[in-house]
Parts: sequence; structure tokens; C-alpha cells
Amino acid sequence: MAANGTLVIRGGRVIDPSQRLDRVADIVIDDGHVAAIDPPDGQLPLGDPTVVDARGLVVAPGLVDIHAHLRVPGFEYKEDLASGTRAAAAGGFTTVCAMPNTNPVIDSRSVVEYVLEQAAADAVVRVHVLAAISLGQAGEQLVEMGDLSDAGAIGFTDDGIPVASSKLMRHALEYATQLGRPISNHAEDRALTAGTAMHEGLTSMRLGLPGTPRQAEEIMLARDLLLAELTGGRYHCIHVTSGGSVDFIRRAKDRGANVTAEVSPHHLTLTDDLVAGRTEPVSAALPPYDANTKVAPPLREQRDCDALLEALRDGTIDCIATDHAPHALHDKDLEFAHAAVGFTGLETALPLVLTLVHDGRLDLVEAVRRLTVEPARCYDLPGGTLQPGQPADVTVFDPDEEFVVEPSLLLSKGKNTPLAGMPMHGVVHRTFVDGVEVFNRASLEPVGARAG
Amino acid sequence: MPLHRRHLIDVADFSRDEFDTVLDTAVSMRQVLDRPIRRVPTLRGKSIVNMFFEPSTRTRVSFELAGKSLSADVVNVAASGSSVEKGESLVDTFHTIQALGADMVIIRHACAGVPDLAARHLDCGVVNAGDGLRGHPSQALLDLFTVREHAGDLEGLKMVIVGDMLHSRVARSDIWAFARMGAHVYLSGPPTVLPPDFGNLLNGDGMVRVEYDLDRAIEGADVVMALRIQKERMAGGLLPDLREYARRWGINPARLRRADRQVLLMHPGPMNQGIEISSDVAYGEQSVITEQVTNGVAVRMAILYLLLTGAH
Repeated sequence: MAANGTLVIRGGRVIDPSQRLDRVADIVIDDGHVAAIDPPDGQLPLGDPTVVDARGLVVAPGLVDIHAHLRVPGFEYKEDLASGTRAAAAGGFTTVCAMPNTNPVIDSRSVVEYVLEQAAADAVVRVHVLAAISLGQAGEQLVEMGDLSDAGAIGFTDDGIPVASSKLMRHALEYATQLGRPISNHAEDRALTAGTAMHEGLTSMRLGLPGTPRQAEEIMLARDLLLAELTGGRYHCIHVTSGGSVDFIRRAKDRGANVTAEVSPHHLTLTDDLVAGRTEPVSAALPPYDANTKVAPPLREQRDCDALLEALRDGTIDCIATDHAPHALHDKDLEFAHAAVGFTGLETALPLVLTLVHDGRLDLVEAVRRLTVEPARCYDLPGGTLQPGQPADVTVFDPDEEFVVEPSLLLSKGKNTPLAGMPMHGVVHRTFVDGVEVFNRASLEPVGARAG
Repeated sequence: MPLHRRHLIDVADFSRDEFDTVLDTAVSMRQVLDRPIRRVPTLRGKSIVNMFFEPSTRTRVSFELAGKSLSADVVNVAASGSSVEKGESLVDTFHTIQALGADMVIIRHACAGVPDLAARHLDCGVVNAGDGLRGHPSQALLDLFTVREHAGDLEGLKMVIVGDMLHSRVARSDIWAFARMGAHVYLSGPPTVLPPDFGNLLNGDGMVRVEYDLDRAIEGADVVMALRIQKERMAGGLLPDLREYARRWGINPARLRRADRQVLLMHPGPMNQGIEISSDVAYGEQSVITEQVTNGVAVRMAILYLLLTGAH
């Protein structure tokens, strides 16, 4: 399919919260841009357009993921830009933001450029890059934020390693004010997380696994939010997991701090008891101590999920981000204490969020908002919208279609999911970037490649 | 009655009947040990591999003697350090053991859940000889056995466990085992190593109470078990020092007099005498600490016998 032809996505339920749109319509795409959103089944434009039948399906702006570990450079055995962005497309994402905890760390212009060059060559969706806050993520010396920003870094984070020094965090926030780029931090107090492997609670006590209390996150997040107030710096809270953290974010926003926040699909929907294993449904049975349930920050309890959902609904938490963290089998098939942390997430994010929609706890339009325009806003990214004139990044999905999570069928190299065998709802049928189809479920293979 | 299990990984899901099956079998094993020739041919031709990734004398030797008393071939694999440090993954090690041929693997490891990992990768049976802070099922069974030998029924007995619950796999297994058998379990120790949530460990399925004041907890107790206090806990700020610990939670004659006159004093070993237990009570007439060790062999014989000959 050529980017410079005309494409009509016909008869789908078009949900675009950026323009308060939720109605059945045809989307006309011309030269890779949204040309018009027309009443359904009208006359086709001239020039023999390609027609995609989207009747019965949702047509939304391509999803935007502002938190993904694409593992390039250095950990290509876990993921590379080809596999990671194909996984993204299969999950309905048309934009992914790569985290800098790579080897070497993304802390210099040359590494940013390398990743963006790799993306230009291999990626099927848009790739943005975050850079580290400190050189080598060592928590000591600031990176050249100006140069990195000029090279394309959209924000700064030592994600994976908390910035322990309050002083360094203060200066990062201060220094970045000139650039307008957000700072984010893996907010976990390392004195409280040392040697731990899961959330501290009754389950960790039963399993004999040292646990991390919520306060490990809350203490550091509260500090960061106070420093954001002090400096006027722009701070983005990543992978928020606890109800207490939500209270701190709400307070900071009320006080006018320049703060945004994201939550992962798994922290919204899964709880720490998974570490003790799962027997129901049988197809998705998990043994106890399965490292595919290990993630940092850890899965918490239902009351946290409830508080996070409430915060997402009232806007305290702005958006959903996957924290896609692919790992190889040998990173995970280990003692629980030694296994790598994280879930492969790009291809299960939408179905996990849709569990909340199917339970009647989250409106579908709201879900789309938190996966499109809102994450884009957190980093001032284009995309997440179907406004006429904008690049035609579109995802077409069936929110009700059932499927069973089969790790071997995931396009990501990372098969590390606690959802193996789980029946879920929500299947992405097609994904378009710049009007080019980059994923088509029917062919079970991504097709085409993004132009340029 | 057979035990319908291939593995012994945790006692948390043991039923009363299952506990009784092991304990009843251990009675006959104990009789074997009291004979002049302490050996029966029951497990002849079976291979048992001891894989201890943590230093252990007591438990390893106990399993070894148990296996040999049943005429099994027992091999000790010298394994130390974590698999990560060694370069070979633990799963690779399991596959190697599998290929060498073993009917039963007995594992001790510093990480909770390793026996579960072993059971997923091995075709043979797995016995947990202590995994991280999670459990030590054979210790719980031998503790139950020792108390039952003296008290008969465990129903309604007052059991007090004293010490560092947080870092004790013995405590975790004993709490499940004794509570499931109907004992009233009281836990005492410093709050830093005995979170209040320990009282909710069983979710109401058995009686467990946390009582920080040991003098109150020990009142009228039928069984008192002192746990080993790890000296390295002081460094992490969990405890001020050993002197303070000994004064508040050490078992000494004065404290023991508050318990029932017939009280049984237990300790899973190895002991820090003068800290969690004073020397005079450790070898006093209420102490069953050395009996625990002897019973350990009988109970482990029962475990090996039931797992290796059972219908599962």
C-alpha cells in the first residue's frame, strides 16, 4: 500500500478523544495524512482509493506508548527495533518511546543518534528516545541535556535505577527547565528495596520473599514532587503503583506543580497474589514463584489497583504507559530473587486496559484518551489524534473479540508475560503509520515498512 | 495410608490427614532407628541426590542418614553460591542432575521458590530442605513429631515461638503445621522481625497470635520454641544488640517457670547459647532439643519412603 495514495477506513466507530469524537464514520487518508472524517458510507473519493472495511470495529488514533524498553543498544537478544516496533504495531501502538537503560546507556548524542538511525532502518512505528539523567545512570554527573535534547531526546530518566541524590534530582529538574523536557525517575528508595523481590504484604510474608513496601515508592516520589515544586521543573511520574503515590501526585498538581503521571496496564489490573501462583483459569495456570510475575516496581494489592483506576479516571494520572520490558527466557527462568524484572507489554496493554472496560469500570472512550492524546501530551509528542491534516496514525481494533494470550505468537522477542494462556478481549486488526499499513492481523505478519 | 504427593515443597497446604500419615510412618521409622542394625532394604536401588546450595550439617546429614537407613544410594552434590555467580544457571544444573539419573532431589537454597523451580524442570521428586525464608517442611514435621511423642494430641496446645520470625523459614513452616494440627500458636519477638501481619498468616484458618511481651506470651505454654538469632541482623538496624535481645526475648529459667510445668523446650538449631536460650535450660530437663535431632532422621525416612513408594 503506497503512502501517497488515498485510503478510506470505512464504517468503523471512530473514537478520537482529542476532538471529542465518538461516532461511526469514514476516515479518508490522503498522502499519509488524515484528510477528512466523513459520515459513513458516503461516496468514495475519486481516484480508486484503497478501502478498509472497519464495520463493527473501533478506529482510533494510533496508541502512544511513552515508556518502553526497546533494549537497543546492547541487549538486542531481548529486543531490537524491528521486533519491538512490530510488537508495538501488533498492540495498536504507532509511537513508542525508548528508555535509555541500555548498554551503553543512552547518555550521549552519538547513542541517541544511533538509536534513531536504527529506528529509521528497522522500525515500523515512530520511535522517540529518552536519555539518561546521569552519565552511565551512575547518579553522579548530569548528561549534556542540551545537546541530547537537540539530538532528539524527548525527556530524561535513569529509569531502572532510582536517582538517589536529592541534589542531583533538584539540579536535573532545574537544568531541564530551559529545554522544556520532562524529567522522570524510577522512584523507589533503594534502602527499602535492597534484596526485595515483590510487594511487601501478606503474600510476600507467606512466600518468604522479602518485600518492598509502598512507601519505598512514595518516599522518593514525594521528594521528587517537592523538588518539582521547588524548581518549577517539569516532572513526569512513571509507573505509579500505590494509592499513596496517587495522593502525593494529586497534592502536587493541586499546588500547581508541573507534573504529569503514567500508570502501567499491569499495575492497574494485576495484584501481588499472582506471585503465589494462579489456578484459574486452568489454561492460564501459573506455578508459585514464577519469575514472569516479577516486575519493578512490584504488583501491589487490589486497593492500589482501585486507587490507580480512580486516579486515571479523574485525571490525577494522565495516561497509561506499558513499561514494556522484554527479556529472554534465560533472564527469567531463574531463582525468583535473581530473575530479571519486567513484563513484555506492548501486545497485552490494550487487552489489559479493556478488562476494565468490560468490567464497566472504565469508559472505552476514556481508555482510548489515556492511550493516545494524553500520553502524547506528557512529552509534547505529535500523534494521538486524528485531526484532519495530521499524520494518519491509526489503529483498528475489536474491543470485544476474544483471544488467548499465547507467548510464542507475540511479535516481541520477550515472551515474559504473566498472562500466558489467559483468555482476554481486544484484538488489534490493523495499524497504520502515515497511512501505511504496518500491521494486519489477517496476515499475522506486519507488512510494509514506514516510509522514510 | 499413602501420601499422594510427588514432592514435599511446602507444608502450607498439608491437611491434618497428611500430617498424620507422615507422623504415623515416622513412628515405625523411629523403631528401625532403635534397632541394633539401623537399616531396612525398602529403598534399595533408589538414588537420592542431596543438593545443598547453602551450608548445612544437621539437615544434610539427617537426610543422608535417612536415605541410607532405607538402603537408598545417597549422593551429595557440593554446590555453593548462587548459580548466577557460578555462571551455570540453576536450571542447567537441574537438567544435568536429571540426565545423571535421580529418583529424588533434596534441595536447600538461599532463594525462596527454588524447589518449585526444580519441580518444574525435574521429572523426579523434590524435597525442600529449606528455601530462603519460605519454608523448611521436614523441620516442621520433625517438630510436630517430637511434640506428639510427648503430648499425644496437639489440639489446643499452647505453642510459643520466640525470635526472628521474618527471617525464619522454620517459623513459617512450624506456624502452618502446628496451627493446622489444632495448636494455639503464639509468636513473640522484636517488632522489627515480627510484623503484626504474622497474626494473619493463616487467614483465620488456625489460631495464631502475635504477643511482643514474651513474659505474657509464655504464660502456661505447653511448648516453647526459641529461634536462632542471626547476628548479622544487628547491622541492618533490625535489633539494637544481643544483650537487649537476650533480656527481652531470651529463654531462661525464670521465664520458663511461667510456662506449664510439663513444657517442652525446643530449638531448631544451631543454638546461640546465652542469647536466645540460656545454657541451663538448653540442656535442662524440659529440653527436647537433642530428641528433635534424632527424630529428624526418622521423620525424613518417613518422607523419603512415602514420596518414593507412594501412589501419586
